[in-house]
Amino acid sequence: MFETFQILNEDGEIVNKDAMPELSDDQLKELMRRMVYTRILDQRSIALNRQGRLGFYAPTAGQEASQLGSQFALEKDDFLLPGYRDVPQLIWQGLPLYQAFLFSKGHFHGNQMPEDLQALSPQIIIGAQYVQTAGVALGMKKRGAKTVAVTYTGDGGTSQGDFYEGINFAGAYKAPAIFVVQNNGFAISVPRELQTNAKTLAQKAVAAGIEGIQVDGMDVLAVYAATKHARDRAVAGEGPTLIETLTYRYGPHTMSGDDPTRYRSEEMDNEWEKKDPLVRFRKFLESKKLWSEEEENQVIEEAKEDIKQAIKDAEKYPKQKVTDLIGNMFEELPSHLQEQMEEYKEKESK
Amino acid sequence: MAQMTMIQAITDAMRTELKNDENVLVFGEDVGKNGGVFRATEGLQDEFGEDRVFDTPLAESGIGGLSIGLATQGFRPVPEIQFFGFVYEVMDSISGQMARMRYRSGGRWHMPITVRSPFGGGVHTPELHADSLEGLVAQQPGLKVVIPSTPYEAKGLLISAIRDNDPVIFLEHMKLYRSFREEVPEEEYTVEIGKADVKREGTDVTLISYGAMVHSCLKAAEEMEKDGISAEVIDLRTVSPIDIDTIIESVKKTNRAVVVQEAQKQAGIAANVVSEIQERAILHLEAPVLRVTAPDTVYAFSDAEEVWLPNHKDIVEKVNTVMNF
Repeated sequence: MFETFQILNEDGEIVNKDAMPELSDDQLKELMRRMVYTRILDQRSIALNRQGRLGFYAPTAGQEASQLGSQFALEKDDFLLPGYRDVPQLIWQGLPLYQAFLFSKGHFHGNQMPEDLQALSPQIIIGAQYVQTAGVALGMKKRGAKTVAVTYTGDGGTSQGDFYEGINFAGAYKAPAIFVVQNNGFAISVPRELQTNAKTLAQKAVAAGIEGIQVDGMDVLAVYAATKHARDRAVAGEGPTLIETLTYRYGPHTMSGDDPTRYRSEEMDNEWEKKDPLVRFRKFLESKKLWSEEEENQVIEEAKEDIKQAIKDAEKYPKQKVTDLIGNMFEELPSHLQEQMEEYKEKESK
Repeated sequence: MAQMTMIQAITDAMRTELKNDENVLVFGEDVGKNGGVFRATEGLQDEFGEDRVFDTPLAESGIGGLSIGLATQGFRPVPEIQFFGFVYEVMDSISGQMARMRYRSGGRWHMPITVRSPFGGGVHTPELHADSLEGLVAQQPGLKVVIPSTPYEAKGLLISAIRDNDPVIFLEHMKLYRSFREEVPEEEYTVEIGKADVKREGTDVTLISYGAMVHSCLKAAEEMEKDGISAEVIDLRTVSPIDIDTIIESVKKTNRAVVVQEAQKQAGIAANVVSEIQERAILHLEAPVLRVTAPDTVYAFSDAEEVWLPNHKDIVEKVNTVMNF
């Protein structure tokens, strides 16, 4: 029970032919393109953060298969409830890059999801996205929509009450939800073993009476297949699924002063680098003659160009005013805010 | 017109809105088949079906999250928290999430949610059922907090709350649920949120209050009339935002004020009312604005409610201090 589901091993070989998802050559290449792009985005985001051109940033390198393999299984109208590290899923689901940068810098426009993107902005309160997902999914079920609500948390997040309540509510209502736990081994400095005595995090699904899957989170095909399976079940009315992805973050917890050398050994980093989702998928695609160094360099250049433009766009976006913030509080401003609005309008006009 | 208790008026408001708007959903612990622990949702599931009025697992935080998620799908959730003492379990969903959603998404999402919850003392409930915690939610930007004191207002304010496109916390005082009946129109009507009501006109002192204390103020005012003191009684009805204009207008007329709440002195919203008066009408005051509140202890063990809860005698005493300042 709860054995790790894997399709592609570290050498890029298919070890589970039966489970191989039906993906066209173009889709396989697109997956690789997105993973490379996102790795570059991570490198550039860290650099931009160090230059003070970005604010809050939670590194993603190592989690590309987990984040993008799962997002790749979604449809356009599925609803995304990301955690604070899940900006890449938002971007590939349709959030413009400059807005992702504005989110990092702390500008409300970064959270103004485009009308055709069904998503909330990254959730900072660990677990809150889980109870909200149960509600989104129940809403979809009541509307008779053939869509799903998808959310993400980390290994530490599985200790929260909202984590259990979220999966339990979705289970009780048989709501079309996919709950992803990205187990990267550490919650800041606390190892996953300190969160729970449970052998897997996937088995926590048992407490809600729902299906749980543990998947190799460095294997993009396995993550895609597990998410696709969960999505098919959900839209067929069979209820939610909990997916645990075994993954790793090569960088620190966030760029806000965390130093992973305090709690992680070099050996551990090296061991996980051998499992790099890009390396094994590259090998797989090369063996099928679907990927070349030239193509990869092209993606890298494209990513760098996009990022350059997006950070420019973010930096020239109009600065926030207090009157903007007041204006976003309510549909109709209550009297005390009307009063303060007048006060700040006058200040801003000086 | 029909004679209704406050609980009947509340049920009637929900029935009205369930009928008017198919997006209205009523849910919580035991609100379905059981009709609610106070019968506030009695008959609603039979009339509107399990899809509209339904029970939830026993988890307040989950109920909050459910409301938020349903609101993103275009529903108009009216969740119930069985007793407001249990709000601590759902503080994040209320204050950390739904209150902030319109702002944090720059208007992309909004939360037309009405959280109904009973509270209030005088009926010998067990621990953490009667606590007055309106002060906590009144401090959260993005929320409106409504506390009716009569059946008529309960219906009109609840309909307004449900139609509001931003989150409203609707607190129902348990002692007022069935304490008296009043004429309540059977048709729909609204009472504006954020507007106080002058329950009794007077010229010597302004009593500002809400919830069950409104009735204590009225009782005190009647008693004081015999001694020649004319008290004006203002029922705030909405404790966040408070209706500053009505308060200031009254204080400018009477030149004296006492703010009355059931909550402890360090809690509630009385301090806010005092601040607004001193900021806006200090030159009209003949005496400091005093407060009638419960003592700053944990809510009383039920057998001690009588000596602990503020009552009309405390109000008379405080008014005398203000009159003789």
